[in-house]
Amino acid sequence: MSENLLPLPGDLVAFITEWKPKPGNLVMVLHRVQETYGYIPHEVVVEVSRLLEMPLAKIYGVVTFYHFFSLKKPGKHKIAVCMGTACYLKGGQALLDEIASILQCHAGEVSEDGKFSVDSVRCIGCCGLAPVLTIDGKVYGDLTPAKIAGLIAPFQNES
Amino acid sequence: MANITCKIDGIEVTVPDGTSVLDAAKKVGVKIPTLCYHPDLPAWASCGICVVKIQGSPKIVRACATPVEAGRGGAANNYITRDAELITTRRAVLELILSNHPNDCLRCARSGNCELQTLAADFGIREQPFEENFQHLPKDETTTSIVLNPEKCVKCGRCALVCQKLQGVYALEFIGRGETTRLAPAADVSLNESPCIKCGQCSAHCPVGAIYEKDETEKVFAALSNPKKHKVVQIAPAVRVAIGEAFGFKPGELQTGKLYAALRRLGFDKVFDTNFAADLTIMEEGTEFIHRFTKAPQELPLITSCCPAWVDYMEKYTHDLMSHFSTCKSPQQMEGAMIKTYYAEKSGIRAEDIFVLSVMPCTAKKFEVTEDDMRRGGLPDVDVAITTRELARMIKQAGIDFNALPDENVDPLLGTYSGAGTIFGVTGGVMEAALRTAVSKITGEKLPKVEFAETRGMDGVKTAKLNVGGNEVRIAVAHGMANIENVLNEIRAAKKEGKELPYHFVEVMACRGGCIGGGGQPQGATDEVRAQRTAGLYKDDEISRLRCSHDNPDVQAAYKEFLGEPNSHKAHELLHRHYQKRPVYSR
Repeated sequence: MSENLLPLPGDLVAFITEWKPKPGNLVMVLHRVQETYGYIPHEVVVEVSRLLEMPLAKIYGVVTFYHFFSLKKPGKHKIAVCMGTACYLKGGQALLDEIASILQCHAGEVSEDGKFSVDSVRCIGCCGLAPVLTIDGKVYGDLTPAKIAGLIAPFQNES
Repeated sequence: MANITCKIDGIEVTVPDGTSVLDAAKKVGVKIPTLCYHPDLPAWASCGICVVKIQGSPKIVRACATPVEAGRGGAANNYITRDAELITTRRAVLELILSNHPNDCLRCARSGNCELQTLAADFGIREQPFEENFQHLPKDETTTSIVLNPEKCVKCGRCALVCQKLQGVYALEFIGRGETTRLAPAADVSLNESPCIKCGQCSAHCPVGAIYEKDETEKVFAALSNPKKHKVVQIAPAVRVAIGEAFGFKPGELQTGKLYAALRRLGFDKVFDTNFAADLTIMEEGTEFIHRFTKAPQELPLITSCCPAWVDYMEKYTHDLMSHFSTCKSPQQMEGAMIKTYYAEKSGIRAEDIFVLSVMPCTAKKFEVTEDDMRRGGLPDVDVAITTRELARMIKQAGIDFNALPDENVDPLLGTYSGAGTIFGVTGGVMEAALRTAVSKITGEKLPKVEFAETRGMDGVKTAKLNVGGNEVRIAVAHGMANIENVLNEIRAAKKEGKELPYHFVEVMACRGGCIGGGGQPQGATDEVRAQRTAGLYKDDEISRLRCSHDNPDVQAAYKEFLGEPNSHKAHELLHRHYQKRPVYSR
């Protein structure tokens, strides 16, 4: 991965400079970094460490503590399988297993081609449709493992 | 500060405001069991072993992190430290910790002095009621000095706290959360690629076998059995006041004579003392200081370089001040270089046939022996450096009854030392030794009193202004790596603004208390233990016939017969070194 992420965009640097003297600055900056890049790239953390004058280890401690922050570049399409109580009972795990067998990609991972990231999430508020998953934020309900292949095929086949 | 009066199990106690229940209990002879707590570090309250109750409150609180309170409505709080419920709770906490901890004590580096093992024994743990849930993570053996075994980690956080708060290094941090938390460097780098300075304070503070010194005793036994090798050993100052702890002696008891005897019985042909090289260091560094002070003030302050963890820190973090570093090698390396040149020449033994072991209170010394400047023609000046802990194990393995050993003498040539050499092992000692010589040289007079109270004590930074032959010499002594940054910032600010330097001479030791509190010393050092070991070295100084490095006859002979003058060309070649800028993270 040799994407050119540096130098940081001017608005991000301005944001970091603005927050530097304030308490709670790190979490605010990390939110902004994730908003900007979709994840928290290592090269950017190194820059944040320099700009905030904060040890890299401290930042990694916080990044790895919160599930919200991701150090991995997400796939082009985000699949989130609900494992809230209702979906869990109605077979959420079977959906995850089916996705894993088709994409060779487990919850928390990104598929090798970079097209998909798969996550399990807590209740997304559609319990009536359980089990559900979302692809890029769109909800698909009343699912069975048999329906998964057809659901993700259009995304797999796009060039 | 206001005092607070409360009760511990009904016993009244008055302590300063802010005192923890744990410390208040200690005052009345109640030793509440702990695991994660260490007196060097802020209470982290991660383990939950030290739970206590406040009479009349339904809550159970952690004694380490709960300050005592006077109580409400005039009635003093009564802290209950023992009852059936507390004992059961502590036992359950312990059993939960044990369910995450591999129980292969027999093959563990800390077997016999593990704090978790001791707790399990004290609580009479006989069953494992909880399902075992071990983390399977690889060992990190990438550094020359310490091994990190995350499977054994109990997540007490002491290593990260000591690395960050006492040392200011930030090599280790809590990574992740919940049951998958690890104590590791950031960004999945190895310890060797991290900012780690190899000081080993993590290994001296770890309560279990999760971080320990890299054991090199096998190499030493192999060399001792090699008939082609001439075996020579040197021991560092701080070893003599701590090794006794492994054999039931009190911290601080001087074991110099027994150590020499033990090393001869192990099979060493010559037993030398790093204290000799400490005296040599003073001749070199003292001369360097006098030169800079009188002729090259732009090169002031002079900063000491005896501590390899500090050198590593400087090369990573403060290389802007590199030119202020003394070019002197550490005593360990000076001794090694002198053994493989001067002693080799004198004894007619080829340097390549000599095996040099050094016994050090320090894990960073293992790194130092591998550095580029520490060898000539591919031949290292010191072949192996082991810690005090490793030597104690070797003595036991070899069946040497340490306690029954007679006191023996050191071998001459590179063994005789002055009191100034021996106090190198304690914070302020290098400065004091240097002052003894520098003041004598500058004033041309014999010192009426050799002790310098200004350099002694446990303050993290000690500063003083001394009158040396009519000149004001300003000194600073820092120990505990995190304390150095303020001193350096003062120097940086003065240099930038073109102001008078705040200090002319700065001593730095990475570990709290100096080498007596080194990362390779017997575990369990607290300030109380450090004070005892310190007293031991000052006593060694007091009983020394020679108190100043320049009075050491072996040192005088070495210059006369071999080195020439201090800072001579030959001395530079053998006893001085270079520095290089290193990245904080090498990946």
